[in-house]
Amino acid sequence: MTFNEIKAILQHKTVGIAGAGGLGSNCAVALARVGTGKLVIADFDVVSESNLNRQYYFFDQVGKPKATALMENIKRINPAVSVLSHNVCLTKENIPLLFADCDVIVEAFDKADQKEMLIETVLTVFPGKPLVIGLGMAGWGMNDAIHCRKSDNIYICGDEKSEIAPDLPPIAPRVGIVANMQANVVLEILLS
Amino acid sequence: MNIIVNNNPETIEGDTITVNQLLQLKNFTFRMLIVKINGTLVQKGDYETAAIHDADDVSVLHLISGG
Repeated sequence: MTFNEIKAILQHKTVGIAGAGGLGSNCAVALARVGTGKLVIADFDVVSESNLNRQYYFFDQVGKPKATALMENIKRINPAVSVLSHNVCLTKENIPLLFADCDVIVEAFDKADQKEMLIETVLTVFPGKPLVIGLGMAGWGMNDAIHCRKSDNIYICGDEKSEIAPDLPPIAPRVGIVANMQANVVLEILLS
Repeated sequence: MNIIVNNNPETIEGDTITVNQLLQLKNFTFRMLIVKINGTLVQKGDYETAAIHDADDVSVLHLISGG
């Protein structure tokens, strides 16, 4: 497939990004660069200085809502992408409304309980909808441990082991690998 | 009975087992879990009663923080 053929397919696709932190911001940017038609982005948080070690934001965006800042950055990269950004905390009540039209949903939360809530909600209200999750990407090195596997309609990207801790922080290279791996799985689903 | 747990074949005594019993048996003590039987989500409140039978395919996903 040529890049023009790829773009022709992707321009009709919608991808939901649940969380605009390390996974969500980098995954959304990769999907914007290849010409995904529409991105639905939701996050409640604002950009802080400590986020800049891995998240796709700039120093002058500190203090801005992540959903807004990410939309701005995507528009600077590829203005053709339509971005719906929601500055909200995702819950089991609003997830079904916000992501109903998405062809694929990307789970890009930080906290395990939020990941659990999103996966349970998607499996309950959208059984069969592809859901690409990030699981285990703290620290550095250990490239070989990062993998992708499929469990029914859930695609799991990460090492499934490295949980964040004070001496095992999430930092750009490994978070970026998993975020781009998620984007790569999304493309595989959308182009198949 | 013979079931599949996370893609591995397992032989379990008896004809049926609940999700909670399986989690204890396998020592899956993680707090954040997603359990599916034959691809269908088992809601948390049903772990006591949801029954696993011979030939069922069970998947237990352990969720960890980071992103």
